[in-house]
Amino acid sequence: MSAEAHDHAHDHEHEHHHKDTFITKYIFSIDHKMIAKQYLITGIIMGVIGVAMSLLFRMQLAWPEESFKIFNVLLGDKFAPDGVMANDIYLALVTIHGTIMVFFVLTAGLSGTFSNLLIPLQIGARDMASGFMNMISYWLFFLSAVIMLCSLFVEAGPASAGWTIYPPLSALPQAIPGSGTGMTLWLVSMAIFIASSLMGSLNYIVTVINLRTKGMSMTRLPLTIWTFFVTAIIGVISFPVLLSAALLLIFDRSFGTSFFLSDIYIAGEVLHYQGGSPVLFEHLFWFLGHPEVYIVILPAMGLVSEIMATNSRKPIFGYRAMIMSVLAIAFLSTIVWGHHMFLSGMNPFLGSVFTFTTLLIAIPSAVKAFNWITTLWKGNLQFNPAMLFSIGMVSTFITGGLTGIILGDSTLDINVHDTYFVIAHFHLVMGISALYGMFAGIYHWFPKMYGRMLNKNLGYIHFWITAVCAYGVFFPMHFIGLAGLPRRYYTNTNFPLFDDLQNVNVLITMFALIGGVFQLVFLYNFFSSIFYGKKAVQNPWKSTTLEWTTPVEHIHGNWPGEIPHVYRWPYDYSNPNHDVDFVPQNVPMKEGEEVLHH
Amino acid sequence: MTSLLVIIVLVLLAVALWQLTKIFDLTQVGSSSDDSQVASDNDNNIQGYIMFGFLAFIYIFTIYGLLKWGNLALHTPASEHGVLVDSLMNITWVLIFTVQAITQGLLYWFSFKYKGNKNNKALFFADSNKLEAIWSIIPSVVLAVLILYGLYAWNNIMFVDKDEDVIEIEIYAQQFKWTARYAGPDNVLGKANVRLIEGINTLGVDMSDPYAQDDIVVSELHLPKGKKVHFKMRSQDVLHSAYFPHFRAQMNTVPGMVTEFAFVPTYTTAEYRELPFMVEKVANINKLRAKKSAELIADGGTGLDPYIFDYLLLCNKICGASHYNMQMKVVVDSPEDFKSWLGEKTTLAQDIKAAAASEKPAEGEAKTQDSTIQDTVNAVVDTVKAAVAKVTMK
Repeated sequence: MSAEAHDHAHDHEHEHHHKDTFITKYIFSIDHKMIAKQYLITGIIMGVIGVAMSLLFRMQLAWPEESFKIFNVLLGDKFAPDGVMANDIYLALVTIHGTIMVFFVLTAGLSGTFSNLLIPLQIGARDMASGFMNMISYWLFFLSAVIMLCSLFVEAGPASAGWTIYPPLSALPQAIPGSGTGMTLWLVSMAIFIASSLMGSLNYIVTVINLRTKGMSMTRLPLTIWTFFVTAIIGVISFPVLLSAALLLIFDRSFGTSFFLSDIYIAGEVLHYQGGSPVLFEHLFWFLGHPEVYIVILPAMGLVSEIMATNSRKPIFGYRAMIMSVLAIAFLSTIVWGHHMFLSGMNPFLGSVFTFTTLLIAIPSAVKAFNWITTLWKGNLQFNPAMLFSIGMVSTFITGGLTGIILGDSTLDINVHDTYFVIAHFHLVMGISALYGMFAGIYHWFPKMYGRMLNKNLGYIHFWITAVCAYGVFFPMHFIGLAGLPRRYYTNTNFPLFDDLQNVNVLITMFALIGGVFQLVFLYNFFSSIFYGKKAVQNPWKSTTLEWTTPVEHIHGNWPGEIPHVYRWPYDYSNPNHDVDFVPQNVPMKEGEEVLHH
Repeated sequence: MTSLLVIIVLVLLAVALWQLTKIFDLTQVGSSSDDSQVASDNDNNIQGYIMFGFLAFIYIFTIYGLLKWGNLALHTPASEHGVLVDSLMNITWVLIFTVQAITQGLLYWFSFKYKGNKNNKALFFADSNKLEAIWSIIPSVVLAVLILYGLYAWNNIMFVDKDEDVIEIEIYAQQFKWTARYAGPDNVLGKANVRLIEGINTLGVDMSDPYAQDDIVVSELHLPKGKKVHFKMRSQDVLHSAYFPHFRAQMNTVPGMVTEFAFVPTYTTAEYRELPFMVEKVANINKLRAKKSAELIADGGTGLDPYIFDYLLLCNKICGASHYNMQMKVVVDSPEDFKSWLGEKTTLAQDIKAAAASEKPAEGEAKTQDSTIQDTVNAVVDTVKAAVAKVTMK
């Protein structure tokens, strides 16, 4: 009923939409497809910056304190006199790399792009519940990205207390120069980012609940929508907590309160702070921080599930189990934050509790991994680039996830905590995996976004080089961590103990540089295909979901006529009752056709 | 600022260009569309074989890594509980490598085996409760074992019995150095607070506390072999983390609170140096250092000293610009050596007294007539400094 009313309203609106100006169409657009593209392009630009930063500090780690002209060019005379990277800017690069990749690329760039693009198209809605709020959400994100980039140019340097910004380091400019104006801008940027993220999430939730087309029950939703929906819920639950932490930190920094600070003697004087606790900040931070990694990885999981089913020409294995495991992961993700804090000084009893809940997450994760593998079994695999990235995602998710059994176990965490082992673990399990999910999504839905195809051969080159380099970077890194090398060290030349790790560091940097440079192949493919790619047909991958029933040319309201109704689940691939190997969701059941799945 | 402006202008230009081409693009009509960019059977075949190749790459790279870099990992634990940690670690590694080999094998093998073909049709296999039950239950059981073992070990390591015979040592962190304080014969550390930091009492020990009278402050940590050491940790400025990799021990130091960790060292420094793996590791490091040293000397620099192993305490929580060089040498002695080493040290109370005695005459001389003027100037300078600091903080 409500869907029909909505329909009508939109049909009516339709006639007025011809007078779109350049500004309303491309800049302050309220069309979810355009907003998705805006998110994607912004995310890609931020991604380029974030990855470039990592290449810079990887070079410093491989060839410590050596002079590179490029350092001087990019970092300036202050931070790289004679081309030698200063230790201040090293920490700043590490911090901003983390912030940009986690929040701006893998949260906003990934969720923002695909939730916006796919939710209305796959559930059969004309647009988001609130197009205006959606537009505000993007522009706040854009604003926060601009502020974050501006913080790179302040006199004392950008925030450099690590992306986790633990006080007191992040609260006291005396402790590190980046905790002055740079940190203020970081906090302002994040506060705006959170506002943007919340608006986006609320929109996704409301849209999925209210605007599904006729017949689209929750158990007929594609897994993409399920993951976006659950991700948005986690975001709404946990992002406000980070906002509160940021606000309290702002109070401590600027108004003299003592939420997180106590008994501090620095630069020759005792500060007035009394009674606060940095551990409180860690709790607040990780109450978002841990769900955050699922905010990053769940959408990637959804995209991969969808792409795998389509390209295997097979239903996703265990559709209901996949939904249950997403729900289980989402629930558990909110009660495991303490595994980042085993050694923070909190009561060790809490360590026991968090070890227990953390290792539980391995169960739904294992279910997902096995279900993906079974989806491939006896499939008819179509190796489009999106499919390669999906398989790659499952691979890195398993490799990275398994070492989580070590880090999630408080006893084992004692010795690998904050070493390069952690870096290797989380880059594989959430960094690379989510990035693969994002790439898979881009290759798969590019035709839907731009009406053109990406070049597949460039896609193949992109994937294979990236796959080899990702393992080449992060697999050896485990050993460096097991050798006890702490993270966030500007150089380890002050420890002869670690001298034998240098060759490994060089190898890692080589792989990183090659992998980084080859992302240009993707960038070229992406930007040139927008203009010169082969024109796409309506349903190039022969997929069952509703977005492929819309015309190639984008129109407001998505479908020119009535919104299609849905009669079946989204994974009717190679259904033995039909001759074709896919049956779109809007095809009515044949007379006497049985539902073949539970 | 100029570079920021330049960048903004460039970005705006890029956006404008992109928008323009977009408009041209919209006016362009009728270019052909086909499925040439969708994977063909030929693509499927090639990619399927590469999938298989990649599986081989993963296996070979893993084995190569284990052989080549396996010996970089920390070896024999130098503490009692470290043995427990390492055995749990080894069990976990066996599990991880087994699961990794099987799952990656299946993933890429299926990718190779079921590579697509126009004539094939996939099997419609939507679910199986039995299979799903199997791969929920097996991980659950395996994890239950790991969790139980882990919790057993964790509780053993983290909780120190009240009546256990331990030595209390304070680890004190500040940017960018470590200091240690021994409790002395009474084995109780005197109270301390950063507000009491004054002169050479850099740890802010409360000298009015009777327990503090015999406390000893040192900058090199010595531990007795075979005796439980109970560390109480403090930080004066930011978070640090006291990381003793060889002892499998780590705990953050937090300003405003005391954190704890306890372990029993089981090898003296001399004994640990003699372990075969360590001899080999040090020889290897010295080979690398000799090579680098030769290069440095050739460039006109100074060479590197050969490396001799010592236990270390590192900082493992980002704490500022020189985080990468915050370390303290740790020496494990035989109980007798430890006793005589500690016996030679003077207590903090004695140090403070001595410092006061040597300072007094100097202070007396400084108290000349113009001291009042000097004081006023100092006060003014301080106020201005404080004001400036406030403004810059804002």
